[in-house]
Order: sequence, then structure tokens, then C-alpha cells
Amino acid sequence: MTRKVLDVTRLATVTTIVLLLFAGSSRVSASDPPSPASAQITIDNFTFGPQELTIPVGTTVTWTNRDDIPHTVVSTDGVFKSKVRDTDETFSFTFAKPGSYSYYCSVHPRMTGKVIVH
Amino acid sequence: MTDKAQDNDPLLRNPSGDGIDRRGFLQCMAWAGTGLVWTMSGGIPVSRALARNFNRESVRADFSFVQISDSHMGFNKAANPDVAATFQAAVGKINGLAETPDFILHTGDISHLSRPEQFDNVDQILKSASAKDVFFVPGEHDVLDDNGGLYLERYGKNALGAGWYSFDKRGVHFIGLVNVLNLKAGGFGCLGAEQLEWLEKDVKHLQHSTPIVLFAHIPLWSVYPEWGWGTQDSAQALTYLKKFGSVTVLNGHIHQTMQKVEGNVTFHTAMSTAFPQPQPGKATSPGPMQVPAEQLRSLLGITAVNYSEGHHSLAVVDSALG
Repeated sequence: MTRKVLDVTRLATVTTIVLLLFAGSSRVSASDPPSPASAQITIDNFTFGPQELTIPVGTTVTWTNRDDIPHTVVSTDGVFKSKVRDTDETFSFTFAKPGSYSYYCSVHPRMTGKVIVH
Repeated sequence: MTDKAQDNDPLLRNPSGDGIDRRGFLQCMAWAGTGLVWTMSGGIPVSRALARNFNRESVRADFSFVQISDSHMGFNKAANPDVAATFQAAVGKINGLAETPDFILHTGDISHLSRPEQFDNVDQILKSASAKDVFFVPGEHDVLDDNGGLYLERYGKNALGAGWYSFDKRGVHFIGLVNVLNLKAGGFGCLGAEQLEWLEKDVKHLQHSTPIVLFAHIPLWSVYPEWGWGTQDSAQALTYLKKFGSVTVLNGHIHQTMQKVEGNVTFHTAMSTAFPQPQPGKATSPGPMQVPAEQLRSLLGITAVNYSEGHHSLAVVDSALG
């Protein structure tokens, strides 16, 4: 029981510190990009754009298919694999580790792209 | 220029005798909107363009079959908001043929998204076809997400591996191949080692005079590499067929007719029943091509193939839906 009270106290302390940290940073408003960072890749005319994207660790990348034909987003090394994405459907993946990630559309394998994480 | 001069002109007469001379090539390219008959005689394919009112008697056959392709059931975008209607029209075209075909080959992209209801819809419409037997090979749209599991369950009961098989019909050997699975980044259609090994064994025991019909979704020749219109190991497959006097290769995938003759092998692609795609390099991508509604059916169609045993001939005739 005592231990539980202590835990609650500790949690309150951590929460206060986190809140103070946020208060110390710039003002937070609804229009600010979500944290952690995000990035977009679109599929138009059987092409990933941008074909090569460089992002910091922790970024979530969202692919959007804007073609009339379904595509997939599949890591060449098996790191990520989307289900088939029809028109306007999206796929997101958060890159937690640095590295170079090649990917392609498994339906149209001539379509290739790369995400560089550092 | 006299006929004799033409015969000696290497530009007009290919001295290698493989049937691909300038004159023949231009005739091949002149088929558009009219139809084309391929005849096989002594292993040398000869093509000629057909007038719209060509005489059906000239292609009377011992048996015939029809190739349909790329029905993309479930597609509903601007290039064709009603692919079920055009597929039904294709079946109507089959039913209107002078002679009921023995069977139908569907060269893939049956569905648009590999969904059960899309396959169901195609099967339902095919029930109204005059020909009851339908042989399928999968397109890449039929094997999305599940590596072809649902396709195999529905259409591959008598098939091997990923869905390949062969059968004989009145002395003609038919081979259905699968080249839409395990596609590698940057690559093309792929048959794979296991299927190639099977193909080699499948044709080994056949006599050289046996006519061969090979069908698969993605072209088994390099139509346009920039758009991935080819199969990376098709050359290996064709080495197993070199000994045969008559090989006809039927593909879909590119939603337009195209043909090529190479030695004793005639390659032919069929129109889609759903939507046209641009000619190679004539657009930024091979995606669906939108045309005025009244033109759509002139770019969709079926392919009828007639075989005359006595004349050792195999004739391929394309006809548009409208």
C-alpha cells in the first residue's frame, strides 16, 4: 500500500517534469506538426515521389497511392510490407533505426524507392 | 520497283528466312482495328491483315477457342466505371461467333483486387458463355496480399506449384504458366526455377510436330522494359520449345494487341475487356487510359483462335467489342 502511494508520487513528479519541459519549449498549437516528425511520399504515375527521402530517426513516413491502379510498399530486406493500397489509401511506417531502406512495389517491381534514416 | 527487285531487297525480304522482313512486319502492324490472321505453314508463320468483312470460310477450323484477358472485375475508375458490362459484352461477342468455341482461356487479371466477390462476379458472367470450359492463369491483380492463395483455391485445383499446368486438345499441347509471383525489386515478370524445370520435363516427350500453345499473363517477350512489360526468364522457357515447328504464345497484361514472330514462335497479346492502356512510351505511365466513352469498346475485345489440323494452321483473330 505504501509502495503504491510512493509510485503515485513518483508518477506525479515525472508528469510535472514533462509538463515543465513542454512549457519551456515553443508554444504548442493544433497546427504544429505532430511529434515525432512525419514525412509524406506519394505514388503518382507508377512512381514513388520523392524517390529518395532522407529523414531523422523516429520519423513516421506515410505513402499515399494517387494512381488508379493498386500498389504496394515493400521493403527489399523485409523490414516493412504494406497490404495492397488502392486509390487514395495510405501506408505508414515509423523508422526507429538509422540505415538505408530500399523498397519497391511488389505488383509493379520496376517501381523502386529509398528512405535514408540518420 | 519490280516484284523481283523487292524480293532481293534485304530491307523488304529478310534473307535469314525467319519470317520477319520489312513487308511482313508492316503487315503485322497494319492489323489495327481490323483483325489479324496468323497461319502456320510448315513452321513458317505468315500474317496478313484482314478487311472488316473478311470471309469466315477462310479460317474454318477443326476446333477453336477464345482468349479473354484483363477483366479487372472491381475496377470502377473513369477509364471504365462499369467493367462488368464490358465483360458481359465480351461474353456476348463469344456467343455470337459463327462456331461455338471449344473452350475459353482467361490470361489473368480476372479481378482488380483479388477479392472473392470480384472472382464471383466473373464466374457468374462466364456462366452465360457458350463455351463452358474456362482455363485460367493468374495476373498480378489476382494474387495480391495472399501470394495467390485464394486464386489457387478457386482456379488451381488441377494445377501444380503456383498454378501452372498443361493439357492436350486434339493434338495441340496447351501450357498455362504463372509469371506474376515473387517479383523482385527492379525486375520483370518471373517464372522461377521450379516452373522452368517442370516446363522442360512437360515438353520433353512431345513430338516436334506437336503444335504448342503457351499462355501466361505478362508477355513472355520483351515488349517494353521501361514499363516492366516482359518476363525476365522467358528466354530460358523458350529454349525448351525450340524443337517445335509451331509455337503460339498468348499473353495479356498490356491491354492492347501486339504481335511478333521469332523463328517458329508467334507472340500475341490480347485486348482487355476492362480498359485500354497506352501504347509503349506514349504516356507517363502504363496506367488506365481514358478515352471518350463512345470509343471505349473499340479498344476492348476478345481473341479467337482457330486450329485446322489438316492444314497445320493456327489462326489468331482479334475483334473489338464495338
